[in-house]
Amino acid sequence: MIDVANLSKRYGDKLAVDDLTFQVKPGIVTGFLGPNGAGKSTTMRMILGLDAPTSGTVTVNGRRYAEHRAPLREIGALLEAKAVHTGRSARNHLLAMAATTGIGRRRVDEVIDLVGLHEVAGKRAGGFSLGMGQRLGIAAALLGDPKVVMLDEPVNGLDPDGIRWIRGLLRGLAAEGRTVFVSSHLMSEMAQTAEHLIVVGKGRLIADVSLAEFTRQASRTTVRVRSPQAATLRDLLVGPDVTVTSGEPGLLEVTGLTREQIGDRAADAGLTLHELAATEASLEEAFMTMTRDAVEYHGDTAQPVPAGRSAR
Amino acid sequence: MTTATLAPATVPADAKVTWWRVVRSEWIKFRSRRSSLIMLAAVVLVFAGLGLGFSAFLSDTTIEPGSPAPPGGPSSLDPLGASLGGVNLAQLLIGTLGVLLVAGEYSTGMIRSSLAAVPRRWPVLAGKVTVLTGVSLALLVPTVLLTFLGGQAILADKGISLADDGVLRAVLGTAFYLAGVGVLGMALGALLRNTAGALTSVVALLLVIPGLTSLLPESWSDAISPYLPSNAGQAFMSISSSPDLLSPGAGLAVFVGWLVVLVGAAAVLLRRRDA
Repeated sequence: MIDVANLSKRYGDKLAVDDLTFQVKPGIVTGFLGPNGAGKSTTMRMILGLDAPTSGTVTVNGRRYAEHRAPLREIGALLEAKAVHTGRSARNHLLAMAATTGIGRRRVDEVIDLVGLHEVAGKRAGGFSLGMGQRLGIAAALLGDPKVVMLDEPVNGLDPDGIRWIRGLLRGLAAEGRTVFVSSHLMSEMAQTAEHLIVVGKGRLIADVSLAEFTRQASRTTVRVRSPQAATLRDLLVGPDVTVTSGEPGLLEVTGLTREQIGDRAADAGLTLHELAATEASLEEAFMTMTRDAVEYHGDTAQPVPAGRSAR
Repeated sequence: MTTATLAPATVPADAKVTWWRVVRSEWIKFRSRRSSLIMLAAVVLVFAGLGLGFSAFLSDTTIEPGSPAPPGGPSSLDPLGASLGGVNLAQLLIGTLGVLLVAGEYSTGMIRSSLAAVPRRWPVLAGKVTVLTGVSLALLVPTVLLTFLGGQAILADKGISLADDGVLRAVLGTAFYLAGVGVLGMALGALLRNTAGALTSVVALLLVIPGLTSLLPESWSDAISPYLPSNAGQAFMSISSSPDLLSPGAGLAVFVGWLVVLVGAAAVLLRRRDA
């Protein structure tokens, strides 16, 4: 369980994380979704205690991370960039990390096998590809058999086989009752693995919904209508809850009305239709619309957090 | 399917962070980097090679004790100073090693892994200091002793004995000084979090600033110069009492004071700053 309450982080005059509040629950994969620069990595660094919040609190399994006596048992994390000394072998890196809590060589070999790095475990981590680096980071995250697994953009640099592997791994970890928190800037990736979504944009919380609910909201259909009398037809269709946009002359994109309703109204008015087709917005489009709106919303109602306010 | 191999049996239930576990982790980090082992070997070779070389130079009958040493050597050649004359160059090597052991974690991002594993943070720095101090003392005490004995053997009649007044203190003091400069490099690496900046600071503190104080008015330079780490070290590494230097005991106290202040400041900032 990760509990984030009114969390904010300011770097200079930039508010990277703006009053975030959410919970990540055990037993499911929770996706942390947002465009680049939305504050996902900063939030994860604050969860791990690497960055101190400007205000607000964050706890892991009921305590601030730094207060845990056996931190690797509580949360295992893969951070954004490589967090490995380039001159050290993968096995020695894991041995050094494991030694801080008395975890031994057997467990290190286990996680090396688990992530498929057995053949290169003795090689310098500096020579690893991005995908191999990600696997090493995941191995480090799993060292302590943690209750919470937090991965920042884990599919970055993985090949299709690796991506399928990690989806299975994440679902398996959640099925064992662990809390699994995974960030991504790709909606399509989250749709494949996550059951719940925390969506952020410009540091603010945009949505905290189940994937099913998000999909239901997103699947609002748009109807494409092509007509030589488009201007007349538009006046017939517009109304409350109905939006009509026009991308090119003679083409209307209508939301809020079904194909049948539009066809009937056109027939009643004796208008000619050349095309009448429903298109379902993809999750990716829904996500982009959602975060774009949030950015505009953010610009309108920015509430500056007093500078210099400190959590500790 | 894959998670079936997650067998908690190999993870001890008592997986707490303890002081000795952090030291062990830092020891694994230290010995698994080839460059740190090479640097240590270089410290030993430079110290022994120069010490024996200066002794051979002084053993030449035409050279009088007290005459200037070749470039890089002690300011004046006496049997003790000649045999331990490698300290000037060796201190830069071990200071560099100290800087690299800390600043290298920042340049590679390793520090985030280290601090996530030990969220109290200060044990990471303390563990590094412990490992470097332990390793360098274990290596340098015999190195300095053997170099001194080798140098005196070369000097033959001109040589001095380990039993002579203050000699053992100066010999052990030299090993301690070098280990201390390694710790100084670590503290500067942790304070500046940047290899180039920390290396520059080591050189400035040990070589440049002591030279610059001679440009100050004499009353100022007398008030500052003996308290610089290199001159405080010189006070307990030599047997000739000089009016420009503190007493050996005071020199040792000042040198240790520098280490305590710098390491303490580094530990405080390590806890406060975002990683």
